[in-house]
Amino acid sequence: MRLPTLGRSIKKLTPWSALLPMAVITVFCYLGTTLWSLRISLSSSHNIPINDFIGFRQYQRLLDNRRWIDSLENLLMFGIFFIAASMLIGLLLAIFLDQKIRAESLFRSIFLYPYAMSFIATGIVWQWILNPESGLQHSVREFGWSGFRFDWLVSQDNAIYAVAIAAVWQASGFVMAILLAGLRSIDAEIWSATRIDGIPPWRVYMSIIIPMLKSTLSVVFLLLATSVIKVYDVIISMTQGGPGMATDVPSKFIMDHLFSRANISLASAGTIMLLSMVLVLFIPVWIWRKRHLSGGIR
Amino acid sequence: MTIANIKIRPARRSASTKKTKMARLGIYLFLLGAAIFFMLPLYIMLTSSFKSMDEIRSGNLFNFPSVITTGAWTQAWSQACTGVSCDGLRTGFWNSISIVIPSTLTSILLGAINGYALSFWKPKGAEFLFGILLLGAFIPVQVMIYPMVKIMATIGIFSSLPGIIFVHVIFSMPIMTLLFRNYYRCIPNQLFHAARIDGIGFWRIFFQLMLPMSRPMLVVAAIMQFTGVWNDYILGLIFAGREHLPMTVQLNNIINTTTGERLYDLNMAATMITSLAPLLVYFFSGRWFVRGITAGAVKG
Repeated sequence: MRLPTLGRSIKKLTPWSALLPMAVITVFCYLGTTLWSLRISLSSSHNIPINDFIGFRQYQRLLDNRRWIDSLENLLMFGIFFIAASMLIGLLLAIFLDQKIRAESLFRSIFLYPYAMSFIATGIVWQWILNPESGLQHSVREFGWSGFRFDWLVSQDNAIYAVAIAAVWQASGFVMAILLAGLRSIDAEIWSATRIDGIPPWRVYMSIIIPMLKSTLSVVFLLLATSVIKVYDVIISMTQGGPGMATDVPSKFIMDHLFSRANISLASAGTIMLLSMVLVLFIPVWIWRKRHLSGGIR
Repeated sequence: MTIANIKIRPARRSASTKKTKMARLGIYLFLLGAAIFFMLPLYIMLTSSFKSMDEIRSGNLFNFPSVITTGAWTQAWSQACTGVSCDGLRTGFWNSISIVIPSTLTSILLGAINGYALSFWKPKGAEFLFGILLLGAFIPVQVMIYPMVKIMATIGIFSSLPGIIFVHVIFSMPIMTLLFRNYYRCIPNQLFHAARIDGIGFWRIFFQLMLPMSRPMLVVAAIMQFTGVWNDYILGLIFAGREHLPMTVQLNNIINTTTGERLYDLNMAATMITSLAPLLVYFFSGRWFVRGITAGAVKG
């Protein structure tokens, strides 16, 4: 039995009409806004968009802007420390939790709960712990170790690492959870095989297990890296960019120029630069994944 | 490990078990040390929130409160100044609730519909569109903020409750769609074809067959979305407007707009109150929370 033509074409349209919200949001809210930001970044707009075209002058201004360059440097330092530490800690926790230990689920809950907390809350708590006058330094000195020094949070050179400690605390459990799932999906046969050959476990991890996890590790890296590029909340609640400009980051620069300094073209140039940083990170990892990975855990 | 060693090299049994024992001890020590590091902030946050300000000033970070006072909690809940007014966090709490619930429900429903249409109906070009959306998940939000403000001001929903809900729906669409798309991929196609042969339409298959089957994914998505929206700061700050500021924004206002001495008892109580909802969800949902993370992270 065939439906009338009109009825059939309506039927054919139903899936698309169901996807209409997705299509509208993708085209207007994702693509449209990105192109719009790009457009504004090529204009001389200050507090309202102006329809002129001044080429890449805003980008030039951005690169000549000391605060922008400093914030990029801070971001780089933060990113290296944060990604390296959370991946290392997450990997170690996952490997050790995978040794058929007691109370595994208790340990797992303890390592992962910070991830359920907001970056704002994380920043506030660590702001207090790392505050030298009342926090850790003060308390350890009170215990009798009077020479103890841990004043990163108020130091020009180290404040950004103090923020990174808080972020590592928040995110390592997340890394652990993903890697543990990866470890559990590896065939147990490998272990019996290497045991018969008498290979020590640490070598099995170094030369077999970790290479097998490279796909999962690359995903973790990308997720952490994107979270670095847009880092904002934890800075706001922990240091508000200070002391001085020591923990200023690009997204704070952008927010300030968008809302309190009314320089939307400069801010937009900054956002497009952030986007290009994401692309610069993504494209190599993407190509590497395409070349080296086939099958396995995606 | 031990058993295998015994089987293969009985001669070296004792040495080998001793070594294994040492290794296990090392593992437990590392895990315990890490557990202390991870628990410390929660311990400090909890104990300080029950201390008096005098005790905090004179005492030690690690001490248990000598006298338990709940004053900071009531103050944080109903009196602390959040910049706009001095009614405490409770207004923020209700704002967060009224943002989280509708945006969670809407994003999940849209995500499920998208996933269902993408995996079973496969309309032409839809997968390509989804690819773009998924890439969009990696665009830093800052890129989209100013144009979004403009668009929403034009529609007339900037700085309003519908506005902030809409923004959350937009930003969670990639991950929600991905979750349901991957989940429906694992449901046998025969089921869908059988329903189609019976002449059942798009929406009936979705609501009567697929949605009831996706209960596990609905739970995972609800947990992810609830904690994600609850913990959001930057979107709430920009899009919610003064009347609807979520709890995280008010929390930050309490802490960072006070002048003079920082009231750590109040700050810690306020932080605890704000974190309570996601922490409760986390501790009661356990493996579901983990499932959300691993499902969300494994994207192509």
